[in-house]
Amino acid sequence: MASLLLKRALHGVAVIWVVATLTFALLRLAPGGPFDSERRLPPEVIANLAAKYHLDEAIWRQYLRYLTGIALGDFGPSYKYLDRGVSEIIRETLPTSALLGAMAILFALLVSFPFGLCAAYYRDSAIDRICMLTTTLGISLPSFLLGAFLIWLVALQLGWLQAGRWDTWMSAVLPTVTLGAAPAAYLTALLRSTLIESFGEDFVRTARAKGLKESVVVIKHALSHSLIPVLTVMGPLTAALLTGSFVVEFVFAIPGMGRFFITAVTDRDYPLIMGVTLVYTALLVCTNLIVDLLYTVVDPRIRAH
Amino acid sequence: MSEERRKAIPVSGAIRWSASFVAMVLVAAAFAPWISPYAVGGLQEQRLLEGPSWAHWMGTDGLGRDLFTRVLYGARVSLAVGLGTAAIALLIGATYGLISGFAGGNWDHAMMRIVDIFYGLPDMLIFILLSLLFGRNIGGLLVALGLVTWVRFARIARGQVLQAKELLFVEGAVALGASRSRVLLSHILPNVIGPILVTLTFTIPSAILAESTLSFIGIGINDPYSSWGTSWGTLAQDGYRAMRSYPHVIAFPAAAIFLTILAFNTLGNGLRDLLDPKQR
Repeated sequence: MASLLLKRALHGVAVIWVVATLTFALLRLAPGGPFDSERRLPPEVIANLAAKYHLDEAIWRQYLRYLTGIALGDFGPSYKYLDRGVSEIIRETLPTSALLGAMAILFALLVSFPFGLCAAYYRDSAIDRICMLTTTLGISLPSFLLGAFLIWLVALQLGWLQAGRWDTWMSAVLPTVTLGAAPAAYLTALLRSTLIESFGEDFVRTARAKGLKESVVVIKHALSHSLIPVLTVMGPLTAALLTGSFVVEFVFAIPGMGRFFITAVTDRDYPLIMGVTLVYTALLVCTNLIVDLLYTVVDPRIRAH
Repeated sequence: MSEERRKAIPVSGAIRWSASFVAMVLVAAAFAPWISPYAVGGLQEQRLLEGPSWAHWMGTDGLGRDLFTRVLYGARVSLAVGLGTAAIALLIGATYGLISGFAGGNWDHAMMRIVDIFYGLPDMLIFILLSLLFGRNIGGLLVALGLVTWVRFARIARGQVLQAKELLFVEGAVALGASRSRVLLSHILPNVIGPILVTLTFTIPSAILAESTLSFIGIGINDPYSSWGTSWGTLAQDGYRAMRSYPHVIAFPAAAIFLTILAFNTLGNGLRDLLDPKQR
């Protein structure tokens, strides 16, 4: 098992290295630079800027400098924010994004488990139909539209909450729902279908035949069996949350990492783009590692291998 | 039997509805200049931000442009991105997967390692980076999206090939001395087409979603003079700014995005159920 985890960790490092190299290469190849502006700068100024940011060095030296920086946790200077480095910006904004993401995951789990369970248990009933319809709609509704709709309904029409603020827990309600809605819909549909499968399995019939209480049969036998598929999608789901977060941060004007990423893209602030991309990738790799670890806890068959 | 029928009817009904909607969007995209009552860039300075009326079915936007016309032309952008991405991803991914699965052994192992790494990437971010490289126009965007999504097809094609290789008639064909390319093309390919078709149907809405999302947050298509029309995401962004007083400007592009994605997703689900009854 330890060797399996080591293998997965090495794979994760490889992924991060590939992303680091890819972003470096892509952004060097991309047309246009951070110092291109409407007004032509004098050549001496451009030369000085290039020297300050080491853009005049050979490309492989820039690459090495960049890789060593990453290893030391230093992503270099931002082209746009002169008072702060990229690492500093990330340190300031990552907690906000992480908090939002964690709340969205929690929301998705809290919504999907009861509804998925009910839908599967009372299959083909009215509640099942409503759940299926809502999940189908929820999966197809882009988060930027859901966010805009919630702002329009709750903040502008009903006046219950104010949009565009990020201070009290109240201001986190709409962004959390917006970010968590699609994962919640997806998880509900997944739980429903795996639970329906579980209910048809022999071990559930055996548990019932033994005369166990219905709640024990459902939760201990059927539900725990359905946890593995849920775990499987946790990796991709985290990826969806990460990318969803910059949309939600944009719509609700939340000062998180995603919003800095968007402005960095429009500003062509390459070090900031690379830094945020790497942090996102590292988060994704870590989630996948944790999921692998949880597999061995949930499924004893993997431990035996 | 009666239960089978009861279940079969709503599924095919959903397929019918979604297929009709997709057909409608296709027609709108293909014949936008003939359907639209106004010129695509036509401004009417005295008719700003008007609500829906007989003259302007979806109202007008902040510059007095007919919203119905703009939404019609926007269908071209969305469909071009959706279909183009699906075609590129299919071409790269299916070829890769077929070769990998058919070659087997070390080749297969090495090729799938690469796919694994691609799978572990945050695809939306890579998509944004690639779009910076290829340019923020329709062509650049769909190449970038295709390069992000091809791995889905690679995995599925490979898995199906590995399954198909074990089938008796394939073994039979090999035993009879059929050439490798003949086995691949006339025996394995027909068997892998179903799941690939389903993935194809799901790739289109996810590409439309990605494009409209980027355009909404202002880092998508940046090509204001394109004769193709304006992305639905950009239209929604325009409406978002005026949402407080003029909700119709965001409502119609939003409905177009949502319904199109919904129709393709429903179509994909229906197709999957049709092709593989075991999945349900």
